[in-house]
Amino acid sequence: MAVFKYGDDINTDLLFPGRYTYTCAKAEEIIPHLLEDLDPEFSKKVKKGDIIIAGENFGCGSSREQPALGLKAVGIEAIIAKSFARIFFRAAINQGLILIECKDAVDYFKDGKEVKIDLEKGKVKVGDKEFDFPPLSKELLEIRDSGGLLNYTRKKLEKRGN
Amino acid sequence: MSYTFAQKILMKKANLNDVKVNQIVIVKPDNLLTHDNTSAIIGKIEEDLKKYGLVSEKMPIIAIDHTVPAVDEKTATGHKKIREFVKTYGIKNFYDVGVGVCHQLVVENGFAKPGKLILGSDSHTCMYGALNCFSTGIDRTEAACLLLTGETWLKVPSTIKIILKNKLPEYTTGKDLVLKIIGDIGADGANYKAVEYDGDVKNVSIDDRFTICNMGIEMGAKIAVFPFDDVTRDYFKKINVSGDFEPVWSDTDADYEKVLTYDLTQIEPMVAKPHTVDNTAKVKEVEGKEINQALLGTCTNGRLVDFHLALKILKGKKIAKNVRLLLLPASKKVLEDGLKDGTFEKLIESGGTLLPPGCGPCLGAHQGLLAEGEVCISSSNRNFKGRMGNKNAEVFLASPLTVAASSLKGVITDPREVM
Repeated sequence: MAVFKYGDDINTDLLFPGRYTYTCAKAEEIIPHLLEDLDPEFSKKVKKGDIIIAGENFGCGSSREQPALGLKAVGIEAIIAKSFARIFFRAAINQGLILIECKDAVDYFKDGKEVKIDLEKGKVKVGDKEFDFPPLSKELLEIRDSGGLLNYTRKKLEKRGN
Repeated sequence: MSYTFAQKILMKKANLNDVKVNQIVIVKPDNLLTHDNTSAIIGKIEEDLKKYGLVSEKMPIIAIDHTVPAVDEKTATGHKKIREFVKTYGIKNFYDVGVGVCHQLVVENGFAKPGKLILGSDSHTCMYGALNCFSTGIDRTEAACLLLTGETWLKVPSTIKIILKNKLPEYTTGKDLVLKIIGDIGADGANYKAVEYDGDVKNVSIDDRFTICNMGIEMGAKIAVFPFDDVTRDYFKKINVSGDFEPVWSDTDADYEKVLTYDLTQIEPMVAKPHTVDNTAKVKEVEGKEINQALLGTCTNGRLVDFHLALKILKGKKIAKNVRLLLLPASKKVLEDGLKDGTFEKLIESGGTLLPPGCGPCLGAHQGLLAEGEVCISSSNRNFKGRMGNKNAEVFLASPLTVAASSLKGVITDPREVM
């Protein structure tokens, strides 16, 4: 498991450049361009189960969902940040991507420290230290744990029996 | 109980008698805006649409604006898919290539009205707060699900109130004011929050309000909103929208997270330096920086009044030899009005290149991208690294006056220097 560490205000253009927004919609088209202008090696290095750690306002900027969709598709286990920008937060929930807001864990992290996440208990362990993070509300957990909003919506429509 | 604007609208739309900050409510928006991303949105739900149908043919508003006319075969195919969808499902509100940028079309065509709730799969959807509307951006997947169900969740935001005092000085615009505010509170200063503008708002024109609310997302805001007043009323008269307005405003004793006050007389021409919008400075502090391109237009500052401001500076003069000046009107209506009154003819005489209404260069999609090491001064809303096509290019954001003055001199220039 590798940890990728980035700073504050990592915006959607850095996560997925605007020049590809209207030509790449599917995961396999998105993945080669993930973080292209921030960390050109990212898409080659990233593996299932890896974690991203970042500062304040992760995902600010555009409403484009390719960053959330792409990061979920490459198997990022979770993004731990000091805070997330609003639209990215929604996009991540809607893709079933796990976000953890935990300032102290981010501050404590240094290269080489192992990061372990216990979603059920709401705890993240960085090296030898454990940090609590607040749980999502019931409604949002339901969307995330359905594997995203599309699955959640389909289940709902199925129930309505249209 | 006392409530803010955001609480009141969400309470009404969720059919509740009370809502608290951070509460999650289920709402049915009045409209859903999507643009070129419509093709990707419907691509997610083709089978579901066949099975469950479209929730309403009146609720969606679709504009093709980001890559117009089509950039390549791939975008052309996307556009074609949107047209077919519009036809198959009988979508009522559709704007094809050349009609304008989606946000300008939503306001020009009277969709954004006081008290309405509009969601859009574009971050600058927050612009309609200028017309006392609750409007905010969402992602594509959520837009897809809204086409099927017509409803989604919203968290009730806390509110920051910004009180404006007095009047902006000459040659200073709403863009300068909003850049100043974003620089002060930061790119995440209003993250998840509502921003209300109050005070001497009668002195803030509707065009400045559009610019200010459009940039709300650049401080992270969920919504940015002005009260309904004579300025709003006059705008609706101008676009021939009449009738049953239901303005909403906060109770005087509503609970605010923060209250900020700005004396407008103190605002000076501002820029946002590369590569974040909150990296602001007075134009004076970066004066003399050489530019290669000047972009005048976009949904932020591409209305007729913005081109009139530029003309004040450029009329009868030629832009600097080493500069490309791009004119990007926000809509066909703006283009037609500016052709009729001679604005565009004069700006072209000064050296401007007229582009079709749309978004193109603003997001680095096409038409006017930058090369390695180039510098652009732009009246648009974002200057992120790589935004205009090259990660080693620089974008400075400024008012139309500063953009025009800089194109004239070939270096970043305070508009007051050339008046």
